[in-house]
Formats: sequence, structure tokens, C-alpha cells
Amino acid sequence: MSATLELSLPAAAPVAAPAPSRSYWRVVGRQLRRDPMALAAGLVLLLIIGAAVLAPWLAPADPYKASMLKRLLPIGSPGFLLGTDELGRDMLSRLMHGGRLSLLMGVVPVLAAFGIGTAIGLLAGYVGGRLNMVIMRVLDVFYAFPSVLLAVAISGALGPGMSNSLIALTLVFLPQVVRVAESVTTQVRQLDYIEAARMSGASAFSIIRVHVLGNVLGPVFVYATGLLSVSMILASGLSFLGLGVKPPEPEWGLMLNTLRSAIYVNPWIAALPGALIFVTSIAFNLLADSVRSAMDIRR
Amino acid sequence: MFAYILKRLIYAIPIALSVTVVSFVLVYLAPGDPLNAIAPADAPEEVIQALKSAYGLDKPVPVQYGLWLMRAVQGDLGTSIASGRAVTAEVLSAVSNTLLLAGMAALGGVLVGCVLGALAGYRHGTWIDRVATVISVIGVSIPHYWLGLVLTILFSIWLPWFPAMGAGPGGSSEWLWDTEHLRHLVLPALTLSVIPMGIITRTVRALVADMLEQEFVTALRARGLSGVAIFRHVAKNTAPTVLAVAGLQIGYLMGGSILVETVFAWPGTGFLLNTAIFQRDIPLLQGTILVLCMFFVVLNLLVDILQPLIDPRMGRS
Repeated sequence: MSATLELSLPAAAPVAAPAPSRSYWRVVGRQLRRDPMALAAGLVLLLIIGAAVLAPWLAPADPYKASMLKRLLPIGSPGFLLGTDELGRDMLSRLMHGGRLSLLMGVVPVLAAFGIGTAIGLLAGYVGGRLNMVIMRVLDVFYAFPSVLLAVAISGALGPGMSNSLIALTLVFLPQVVRVAESVTTQVRQLDYIEAARMSGASAFSIIRVHVLGNVLGPVFVYATGLLSVSMILASGLSFLGLGVKPPEPEWGLMLNTLRSAIYVNPWIAALPGALIFVTSIAFNLLADSVRSAMDIRR
Repeated sequence: MFAYILKRLIYAIPIALSVTVVSFVLVYLAPGDPLNAIAPADAPEEVIQALKSAYGLDKPVPVQYGLWLMRAVQGDLGTSIASGRAVTAEVLSAVSNTLLLAGMAALGGVLVGCVLGALAGYRHGTWIDRVATVISVIGVSIPHYWLGLVLTILFSIWLPWFPAMGAGPGGSSEWLWDTEHLRHLVLPALTLSVIPMGIITRTVRALVADMLEQEFVTALRARGLSGVAIFRHVAKNTAPTVLAVAGLQIGYLMGGSILVETVFAWPGTGFLLNTAIFQRDIPLLQGTILVLCMFFVVLNLLVDILQPLIDPRMGRS
């Protein structure tokens, strides 16, 4: 599975027909490396993630160090490549550091929903019957809420804060993931080879692990990659509303909020954090599209 | 047909009920005693007791829910802690503003999306198709609260064409159909319309391209029908799906407008939710969410009922 995202690996594979020994995921990985859109999106993401992860070592200045004399310096000022924010802190450093929290807040809910949702979906789909009905009807309730409203409602009721908005976003994505996992599991469960495995005495757990999971993981993985972009926008949106990360932590959505009043003084500085959310989200979307077509799964 | 509508109506009842349950439970999600959300912190003991019995907080939770639901059905959503006014009145005036914004954004987004998507589907693989694809990817990837900021910079500060804040001159929250109010609507509606535009473009493009490859279109062509006549057939077949997607989008926009309303200080439900959350005004939060979600449920119901009117095949199945 790791092969799908390792876009930096040299494409050493020959153009000849795929050898039968190659696993499915390696074929998908090779397909992605040949897709220019996937490569470009992967490269952009790699740059953004790299800058965020290495921010403590690469950033030119302390992202918390404020200076009343150097407030809202324009882009390209000497010593401040991307200018300074409303408290005179170096924008470039804050944007690099901000990526850490923004990416974390965007990716973690999807990962959590992917893990928990797949498990619940497998359970509901494999056991079927009344349990399936109860689980799916409960999740139907969440579909009665528009996702932004649900996220705002949950994290608003829990109170502002990072962990609460992570919980809220996970709850928003969970029903969708469960639905995908459940529908695939229900289909797979009825196939003959599952019946054969059951008759040969395999336990339910090992049937799910060996025979069902492999079929379910693909579609759910594709669905989850498609959620990454939405999650980035929503997570930063919650911080923008003041429901997520709290100041003075650098985070793109929060920076967008605190710089809002600066648009009359130095508009382009205020637009920078949002531009990064946009670029990240577009890259996630394009990569998700490529992964979907590489894995040949139609929505 | 009648039986179908009845079935849909009956199916909506448990969903609507479960929405009320979730809205009710939100109070218990909030940290601390729900009474803290209703009574001021320094309230004397007898006031607290009076409030407790007034809100039924001394009764078991299911009974509390029943009482709350009874009051909600009669239009009483409690009293806002922040303003002291009835939640119902506050929510209704805000909802009308949000509906206006979301409706305009949906109208614009769906219209542009349909035209772009149909063009792209018809001219599959040409530059129009590529432009439409890029626009739809941007539409679904853009953080709209940021787009609102950029549009403000461009068309309010740089080119002073449209006002940046509020729904009318002097910060009035009463909507009037005049040019001054309409000018306030332009930027927020444009910002919000980008999401449905992207999604509708994507949907229509895929549908039209798919439809044109169907055998009945080939048959129509073979019979010598003109392009316009064929387009009418294609449009008729894509309409139900587009209607379903567009209907859901209006609902999503009513929820999603909270971010755009914050950017433009639009006096709608987003503004109300913001107040409710940061002043810990739980009745207001509960009421706003309940009303918005009921709109969403009704909207889904309307789409379900309208669809077979356009496509009679659905009603029969």
C-alpha cells in the first residue's frame, strides 16, 4: 500500500507488460508514476509537507517572535521574504510552521475515519442482519445534517479547541466511510469463494482479514483520499471560525482569520495562508482523481 | 404516484425525529451542567431551582426531551441567553437572510454549472472540456472563505465596486429588494456559488458525455433528428439527477454559508451560530441547528417528490 504514495521513487520499471508476480498495489504505484498530473500534485504536496515537517530547521525566523515596529511589512521586504503579519512576525516562518498543524488537522480526521469506519463497515457488512440495520440507520441520521453544519455544531457544542475539532471532523467523515465499506463488504460476502472459505472451516476473523479486507480496502482508500481535500478546507475553516487551533499557534485558517483586518493595509499578506490551503487542497484532489483512475474504481 | 409521495412523507418522519434527538443531545455534549448554559453563573439557589423545574431539568432525560420537543413543535425554542429574545424569532429572521444568500448562490452556481457541464460533455476532449474540468476542480478545491477574502480585496478595495460587509446600507439586517441591498449580495453570493458550480459542472459533464454514447442517441441521429431535438432528449434524461444534486447543494450551502457569512458579516444563521458558540448560548445553538436541519430534511423530501414528476419511471419502481 505504501507504494501508491511514494512518488519520489525512480520509475525503474520497464514499459513491458506487467510481470504476473507484481502485486496489485505495485501496478497502481507504477500507473501513478506515469501520470503527469499525479506526479505534479505529488511533487507539490511533497514540497508543502517537507517545508512543514522541516520548518523548525528551515524556517528563517522564530514564528512567535513579534515586533511592534515591523508590522505588516510588504512581501519582499529585506529579511522578511513574504513580509510580516499583524504582530510583526515573519510570514514565511509562520506559513511553514502553520503547515504542520493545518496538515495534521486535515489528515488525522480522514485517517481516523478510514480506520474506524472500515472496521465498523466490515462488521456491519459481514455480520449483516439486524446489526447491519441498526448501524446503518444510526448513521443515516448523520446524513440529515449538511457536513459543515455538523462539524460546526459538534465542535461548537464541545467547545473550541484542537482535539474537539478533530473529533468533530472524524464524526463528519465516519458515516460516509462506513457506508462505502459496508456496501463493498455486503457484495463480497455473497461471493462463492467466501462460502468456500467458510466451509473449509476458516473463522470469521480470518475470512475478514484474508478474503474480505483486501477487496474492501481499495474502494475505501480511494474514497478516503477524496476526503483529504474537503478535510483540509473544513479543518482550516473551523480554525478560521475560532473553533480549532488557538492563537498564537501558527495555523493557516487561524492566520487567515487574524489577518482579515489587515486587508485594508496589506491585502496580499492576508491572502497568503488561504492560498496555501487552496494549493494543498487542489493537490490532494488531483492526486485523489489519479489514484481513483489508477485503481480503476468508479465512484 | 400518490402512494410514492405518501411513502416518502412517512419515511421523512423518523429522520426528522432523529434530527431533533441530535439537536437535543448537543446540550449534553457541552461540557458541564446544562443548567450552566441557561442560568447565569451567579444565580441564587432559588432561581436555579425555579429554572430547573421550568426547563424540566429535574426530570429524567427522555422526559426532558419529550417536553422540549412539545415546545419546539409549538414554535417555542427557548430564550437566547445572549440577547434575552425568543430563539424562534432570532432564528427565523436570520434564516430568511441565509436562504436568500444560499438560494442566489445555488441559482447562479447551478445555471453556470449546467451550461459549462453541457458544453464540456458535448465537446468531450476539446479545449472547452479542459477549461470546464479545470473550473470544476477549482470549484470543489477552493476554500470559499478565502475566495471571499480575495474577492473583497479585488472588487471592494482595489476596485471599489461592491460593499465588503453587511446585507444593506448602515448595517441593516432587514432585506429589501433595491439596488443598494442587491449590491451587498453580489460578493457573498458569488463566493458561495463556486461550490455548487464546480459540483454541477462535474456532474452534468459526466452525465451528458455518458448519455451521448447511449444507443438511443445513435438511434435518434439515425432517424435524422436535429441537434436541438436530440439535446431535448439528453436534457430530459439528465434533469432528474441534476435536480437531485442541485437540491442537496442548496442544503449544503445553507450549512456552508456560515464561513462566508463570517467573512462578509452577513446577518444570517452563520452569524447567529458564531454568537451562540462563543457566548455559550446553548438554546440559540440548538435552535439554529434544528431549524437549519429541518430545512435540509424538507429539501431532501422535496427533491424526492419532484424527481418522479420529471421522470415518471422513478415513481413506478
